[in-house]
Amino acid sequence: MARALYIHWPFCLAKCPYCDFNSHVRDRIDVEIWRKSLHCDLRHEAELASGERLESIFFGGGTPSLMAPELVSTLLEEAERLWGFAPGIEITLEANPSSVEASKFKDLAAAGVNRVSLGLQSLDDDALRFLGRLHDSSEGLSALSTAQNAFSRVTFDLIYALPGQTPEQWQRMLERALSFGTSHLSLYQLTIEPGTRFATMVRQGNFTPLDDDAAADLFTLTREITAAAGLPAYEISNHARPREESRHNLTYWRYGDYVGIGPGAHGRRGGKATVRHKKPENWLSAIESQGHGIAEERVLGLNEQASEALLMGLRLAEGIDLQALSARFGIAPDALVDQARLNFYSAQGLVKKQGPRIIVTEAGMPLLDALLGELVPADLVTA
Amino acid sequence: MTELSQIRNFSIIAHIDHGKSTLADRLIQFTGGLTDREMSEQVLDNMDIERERGITIKAQTVRLSYTAKDGVTYELNLMDTPGHVDFAYEVSRSLAACEGALLVVDAAQGVEAQTLANVYQSIEHDHEIVPVINKIDLPAAEPEKVRAEIEDIIGIDASEAVLASAKSGIGIAEVLEAVVQKIPAPKGDREAPLKAMLVDSWYDPYLGVVILVRVIDGVIKKGLQVKFMQGGTQHLIDRVGCFTPKRIELPELGPGEIGFITAQIKEVEQAKVGDTITTVKGGATEALPGYKEVQPVVFCGLFPVDAADFEKLRESIGKLRLNDASFSFEMESSAALGFGFRCGFLGLLHLEIIQERLTREYDLDLITTAPSVVYRIQLRASKTEDAQEIFLHNPADYPDPSRIETIEEPWIKATIYTPDEYLGSILKLCQDRRGIQTDLTYVGGRAQVSYELPLNEVVFDFYDRLKSISRGYASFDYEQIGMREGDLVKMGIMVNGDPVDALSMIVHRSVAEERGRHMCERLKDLIPRHLFKIPIQAAIGGKVIARETISAMRKDVTAKCYGGDITRKKKLLEKQKKGKAKMREYGNVSIPQEAFIAALRMGEE
Repeated sequence: MARALYIHWPFCLAKCPYCDFNSHVRDRIDVEIWRKSLHCDLRHEAELASGERLESIFFGGGTPSLMAPELVSTLLEEAERLWGFAPGIEITLEANPSSVEASKFKDLAAAGVNRVSLGLQSLDDDALRFLGRLHDSSEGLSALSTAQNAFSRVTFDLIYALPGQTPEQWQRMLERALSFGTSHLSLYQLTIEPGTRFATMVRQGNFTPLDDDAAADLFTLTREITAAAGLPAYEISNHARPREESRHNLTYWRYGDYVGIGPGAHGRRGGKATVRHKKPENWLSAIESQGHGIAEERVLGLNEQASEALLMGLRLAEGIDLQALSARFGIAPDALVDQARLNFYSAQGLVKKQGPRIIVTEAGMPLLDALLGELVPADLVTA
Repeated sequence: MTELSQIRNFSIIAHIDHGKSTLADRLIQFTGGLTDREMSEQVLDNMDIERERGITIKAQTVRLSYTAKDGVTYELNLMDTPGHVDFAYEVSRSLAACEGALLVVDAAQGVEAQTLANVYQSIEHDHEIVPVINKIDLPAAEPEKVRAEIEDIIGIDASEAVLASAKSGIGIAEVLEAVVQKIPAPKGDREAPLKAMLVDSWYDPYLGVVILVRVIDGVIKKGLQVKFMQGGTQHLIDRVGCFTPKRIELPELGPGEIGFITAQIKEVEQAKVGDTITTVKGGATEALPGYKEVQPVVFCGLFPVDAADFEKLRESIGKLRLNDASFSFEMESSAALGFGFRCGFLGLLHLEIIQERLTREYDLDLITTAPSVVYRIQLRASKTEDAQEIFLHNPADYPDPSRIETIEEPWIKATIYTPDEYLGSILKLCQDRRGIQTDLTYVGGRAQVSYELPLNEVVFDFYDRLKSISRGYASFDYEQIGMREGDLVKMGIMVNGDPVDALSMIVHRSVAEERGRHMCERLKDLIPRHLFKIPIQAAIGGKVIARETISAMRKDVTAKCYGGDITRKKKLLEKQKKGKAKMREYGNVSIPQEAFIAALRMGEE
């Protein structure tokens, strides 16, 4: 049963032009109603998926650093009451690197948060403006330093492969980022997601995204630099010193169960997929009318579960254990991964077999989506 | 039955859009064949395709009853003939059923190539030609110039040409009067043994096969036991009639008359155009001249886009064939395209029509492979096989080159008629297509050029190129002039080292390299990047003549995948799988069907 809990806080001060996450801008938020409702959503899941103590909690958003530390505190107390905490539980909260939010870090740490993921996004003021961020680089760096003092573990995000970005520019920024002594980094290539302001701007010709060839070069460069610095990629976009990986996110990628509460949160509970109402108001009224925020709860067939496990697991540097997956889902190994294709792409150097494991190589990682399309048999992918 | 002297049988010759159908409609209206309410635009072209393209595919007749100025009521049989060279044989039979023709020329456009071909055919049938200059009320109309063109180019007297505007109803009475006055009455002997020419036939779901006939001698009536002299079959006539254009049953059809019969025939194949119908007892001993078995000249493969539609395709082709015995089909299987049919057609237009009818009337998505022609190959004897002659219409069946003694290909004589500013580019096009110029004449600002061209150069994309370089002004017509030997080779295409049969073609050695380069370039754009680089090669035998490389994909990865939302990622994978299902696998290369279609389609996109 679930040992990971995700709590979604859907509000932001402003919507970033690249972001397609479930985030909303509201003038007023009734904290008391949200407290009650989140508690309610928590209790609903605890009734269905309890029995094991939590090993990780993740506050994502939106901008969860906008939450009152007291709210974070009561939610953590409630979660502990419902599930219990395993020793050394990882409690992460996503935070904006603004001075206002940095001033809350101490209280958040006191509430129990022990890991912060800071949305630095860039160390360059022009890039930050382009990305529509409200902070500049010096404010961001001072928030980073505050966070590093307040929390035992701090990770931050950078977005690269911006239009016109050269390998030299990115290398300088990345090396500087590594000099801050962090043990975990999320490095995302800018992707233009449908429905975002950037998508509109690209359509209108306001800017041209970096082309795939240049982006592929930056991807390789990123992995070389971080590996040399002792923070190799353990997932497509995540880099950490050994044992400093995000345990919470590893649960997703290793396809363990996880509870997801709050607007738009996804969960996996004993072969069922849960999705909560996305729009904050709809989620609130769902809580009121049915006692939980679930919009859809669906049983996943074994094939579907297996395909999810593959497409999440192959994102990891450790790859997947084919025999373990085969045993878990009762599906023969060659029905999980097309063996002829596996051999073909092994010969091409994009994937490799290592004992029972299948691992996507450094060369294969930037091509993972296409590779999955080749390796995962069509029968496994439900239409 | 009508007295011979009171019958006139005529057809209308016109270039597309010069107003043939509109004129026919006006004639019907004027003589009261249909009330205004019953008139739908262009009564004679029944099929959607005929209406849309403004062409006639099946011959039809209308019997008009017209009381002339001399007070006599005449029976006018208007024969609407197919307007395209692909149906040259059918046209010749329709023309043979008439004694004259209206030559309709657009007063603004003047004489066009297609008009020429048809009018010469008509003249060959000893027809009396009545020129009608149509659309005289257009602002751009130059009737005097067109009159001069008719005299200069066609060489017939146009001094008494009727000036008309079918659209506005101008000159319709004059046209009818000219038909009566100028076109001779048919000849025939009512007492002689029955001789009727089978002009055309089609399948009607209620009546079975309906046969259009022109009675030469004798009388044809219900209950008569007849035989088809070429087909060798016997039938009992159960209906005799004509179209006004409404179907009307008549007691009989006498000499000189045109009408229809039915005889409980199930397949049009049994009613061959040009056959002679006579009585079983005391029938004619000699068949009418001019009968010919039509042979397909252009071939292509038709495959269902969705392999599951194969049975539907088989059924639909069968049904179409019920109504059109002139196209042939046999099953074909291709590694790339699955199961389909190799079909033979009378020409490119015929091919397009069949393809379009299958798509439209039978709701099928089709892949059409590159059209090819029939090659005659003389094979040398080998250790195990004797020398022999084979006919090849599928590049995939190309024999072992070492056994080939000679290959012959069909040639055509093309007549192109164009405003002279485009002549230079057109001559170059013909030259590039191995053309041999045989004639070039200028009339006013126009040029008429004749070329002998290999048909295989024409089926590729000649017509589209011609249209595009002349901005649609050049008109083109052709006739077949027999087989000639040529230095022809099979050009194969290899994708990632694997030959792709469906893309191979037979080309002349002199153009092979250019064709190969062109094909490789197009495929490079049409095949998506893969996870590895893909060489595309064109080769003759083992020799590579052109090569392109599709570079490997560099990046395709979802950067951000957390928060536990797997949905989008999974959708991406599903979409990818669906996309793949629409591709054909060649080794490890997936080629989208569009690539086959686009690479093989005649003409550029």
